[in-house]
Amino acid sequence: MSSLPLLSLITMLPLLAGFGVAGFGVRKKAARSLAFGSSLLTVFLACLLWCRFDNASGDFQFVEYHPWIPAIGANYYVAVDGLGLLMVMLTSIVVPMSILAAWRVERNPSLYHAMVLFLQAGLMGTFTALNFIHWFLFWELSLVPAFFLVRLWGGSRRAPAAARFFIYTMAGSVAMLLSFLGVFYATGKLDFPDLAEMSRHGALNSALAAKLGWRLFGQAFTARQMTEFVFGGVLMGFAVKVPMVPFHTWLPAAYAEAPSATTMLLTGVMSKMGLYGFLRILLPLFPEQSRWLRTPLLVLAVVTIVFSACAAFAQRDLKRILAYSSINHLGYCLLGVFALAGAGGTALLPATEKAAALSGVLLQMFNHGLTAAMLFWLVSVLEQRSGGLRGLNDFGGLRKTMPVFCGVTGIALFSSLGLPGLNGFAGEFLIFKGSFPLAMGAVSLAALGLLVTAVFILTLMQRLFHGPLNSKWVRLPDLTRGERLLFALPVGLMFLLGLWPQLLASIVNSTVVRMVGRLPF
Amino acid sequence: MLAWTIYSSFIGVLLLMVIPKDNAALARKVAILSALAGLIVAVAGFFQLKPGVMLHISTRSWISSLGAGYHLAADGVSLTLVLLTGLASMAGVLFSWNIQNRTKEFFALYLALIGAVYGVFLSFDLFLLFVFYELAIIPKYFLIAIWGSHRREYGAMKLALYSFIGSAMVLAGLISAYVVSGVHTFDLFVLARQPFPHGFQLWAFPLVFGGFAVLAGLWPFHTWAPAGHVAAPTAASMLLAGVVMKLGAYGCLRVAMTLFPEGLEAWKTPVATLAVVGIVYGGLVALVQRDFKFVIGYSSVSHMGFVLLGLATINTIGLSGAVLQMFSHGIIAGLLFAVVGRMVYERTHTRDLPALEAMGLSKSLPFAAVTFVLAGLASMGLPGFSGFVAELEILLGAWRAFPSIALVTGLGILISVAYMLRAMQKAFFGAVPSPVCHADQPPLEPVSVPERLGAALLLGVALLVGLYPRLLLDVIVPSFDSPLFDWLRKGGGR
Repeated sequence: MSSLPLLSLITMLPLLAGFGVAGFGVRKKAARSLAFGSSLLTVFLACLLWCRFDNASGDFQFVEYHPWIPAIGANYYVAVDGLGLLMVMLTSIVVPMSILAAWRVERNPSLYHAMVLFLQAGLMGTFTALNFIHWFLFWELSLVPAFFLVRLWGGSRRAPAAARFFIYTMAGSVAMLLSFLGVFYATGKLDFPDLAEMSRHGALNSALAAKLGWRLFGQAFTARQMTEFVFGGVLMGFAVKVPMVPFHTWLPAAYAEAPSATTMLLTGVMSKMGLYGFLRILLPLFPEQSRWLRTPLLVLAVVTIVFSACAAFAQRDLKRILAYSSINHLGYCLLGVFALAGAGGTALLPATEKAAALSGVLLQMFNHGLTAAMLFWLVSVLEQRSGGLRGLNDFGGLRKTMPVFCGVTGIALFSSLGLPGLNGFAGEFLIFKGSFPLAMGAVSLAALGLLVTAVFILTLMQRLFHGPLNSKWVRLPDLTRGERLLFALPVGLMFLLGLWPQLLASIVNSTVVRMVGRLPF
Repeated sequence: MLAWTIYSSFIGVLLLMVIPKDNAALARKVAILSALAGLIVAVAGFFQLKPGVMLHISTRSWISSLGAGYHLAADGVSLTLVLLTGLASMAGVLFSWNIQNRTKEFFALYLALIGAVYGVFLSFDLFLLFVFYELAIIPKYFLIAIWGSHRREYGAMKLALYSFIGSAMVLAGLISAYVVSGVHTFDLFVLARQPFPHGFQLWAFPLVFGGFAVLAGLWPFHTWAPAGHVAAPTAASMLLAGVVMKLGAYGCLRVAMTLFPEGLEAWKTPVATLAVVGIVYGGLVALVQRDFKFVIGYSSVSHMGFVLLGLATINTIGLSGAVLQMFSHGIIAGLLFAVVGRMVYERTHTRDLPALEAMGLSKSLPFAAVTFVLAGLASMGLPGFSGFVAELEILLGAWRAFPSIALVTGLGILISVAYMLRAMQKAFFGAVPSPVCHADQPPLEPVSVPERLGAALLLGVALLVGLYPRLLLDVIVPSFDSPLFDWLRKGGGR
């Protein structure tokens, strides 16, 4: 391969562009153009990565490795496999969409766009770093701009929403940090591939058991309990980010208060950080613990799916509905991940079922990112026209005044529903197909969630598009020609990925096979 | 050459004494030049030091009847702190550029404090160290009592009393060590080799360690710190939190732990427990303060708890984390105090958080807001800033020595996030005032150039060390190989 450090470039470019944009100050148009230009350049770099990526190998590619802080095991270590590449591509697609959606942001646009670019840098770093410290740096770096995007540009009750978002996520991060310090103390390593390799041979568990020892009221914890504590800390960090019920309470407020363009990033990409963590870190490093705690985790995943679908049904604010629907869709991913962790009935089950579930999870991550970002974009369009109104019952009969808008929204909603032919279908189908033999009870219950999802999405469409036209909205303008052109791209992508899921599946296939093969059960 | 850090400060004091009283501009120039000279010497010394080699500067005898020598030396630990003193003193002068009242005296006392602090960090003779240590208390008292603000007599007196009680304990411990050892010298290298009886160490260690730890803000002897920080003028609170508290922690490491390793071994769990109580308690108290400066004052108590916890772990990684945390907290706390005291208080004349909330300062003082946000993030221990690496190392050391305490410390980090976030929200991002009802008030004076320079200096250092901590760690860690740290290896701490 070429010696060009593509992964460092794709991380550093938004960071530097962010500083550049922040420097523009009052020259708003220049700042905006620079931000958009940088995000397009990132798309180009992502395409370059994709072209040079070797689909046949599931191993890490584009490796860059430099020692950094030996005292705490930190290295500068970036590389991607299919999973990483998929997430990098998703980030590079969603960020320009979000910048376009925020084109008319009024207050301090240069700072806004700088924050978006910093967030992008944090995301790119998170999806490419393979050393805990390096990865954690970017994991936290992404949190800070996200906090300020909500805090400074959010709706009327943004302050508590932003603070809650920050504190919840930090609580998860601190728990994870403590766990990893335990791991480092036990093994002296923090590179994820090294740790995964140790874990595969059982060396990680035995090292943790040998080095850690706690007593509580004179009672010593067993080795298994100790490793479960470490696992629990890491789990906390990711469960908050995804989020998994009961760690989700920060999410609806944050998504609803954030400006819609920011919510596109929060739900489109940031929620994937948690899932990415499950797949890259939790499962490879702690497979045994995941297996031991599989039943409660599956229960939580099912609760996440069913509860959030019901909550979405009960909400009256469009953004809150979509926020809960986001939790719901990521719940399917959680279901797939935890289903994987089981022995199930090992000998009888071919690895293909697990591979199906895992590729379903990866596809769902990408597709949900695209669809959810699209939906929030559409909400922002509606908000701009309605003067900020976004209640479910504020509209009605929009079909008559804004037919094109309703068409596009309908496509996105059906994609979210998982209609065959649109991008949402492949992932969900594969998750259900793969997980069913692995965890029948949980999957059957989760199917209940599918039903409720259908109900609330159809209700949403009915309330918005159909029924008598509210006289207030008779003059609501439909999408302009420019907007139609803009929306044509993501909608086209939705159809393309729906009709030809192989496009993405081919990227992740080898990675999926390798990841499944490395699970010790 | 490093001794010139001390001399340049005291030369500055002498020069300030002879210049005319009302020439404030000249006084400022003398002060900044002398601080700059100290910083340059410190940086030069930093590059001069070969890692792991003790740098002996002067070994003259001084009061031979007592066995006290003028023994100045430096290893990685003391050099890191000398560098910190150089940076903090430089920034402090920049942030007190606008002092109008008795400028000349202010800077003279300020430089005297700096010189004494340099002296403590470079002395390897306990008598000399103690002399410098006492010398630092006096200018501190006057700086607060004359130029202070909120309840300044009370704050100054409390600080002086606590300091004197602490030094009395230290002095008693040192004299008894001198007598018990029977070697008739105060030289640290000689005394460190003396095997003190176990029973003696058991009571001498808490005496000396406790005496120094008072100044480091060990809970429950911390109460002087918030009161003193709040009462002090900006530059003095920057130095108090940034450097003077480090004197205490440095004394704990350099004197108490080096002389009495067996005492340390016996007392490490209580010390670690008090330290972690300080971390959590300081954070919780900071969470409910109304006064902006008290938030930062209690946060200092919390962060110094990390230093003491790192010391109590008795392993290389915990100790190097503690030294790095001393440096990092010195920089970050200095910056926070500069924002609160200089940038905000001297313009708005209030430190009341609810009152500040009504001003929406992020609009009128954007530079102060950005600086405080960055410093606050650094103080939370976000990766990329120096505090992260330091706290990580301390936590790693704690995992090794006291796993359950490491867990509680995690809670402390979370609390620090909460109080910083609260202070940030209230002080800078409150409701934006409508221009109508505030039209009668003059606009706030913009942030001046010296302030910008000082903030940039401190932030730059915090980022540089955060992203490339080997800059300091490569100097700190090898110095633990010296014979002075034999106890570290005997305890199996490596």
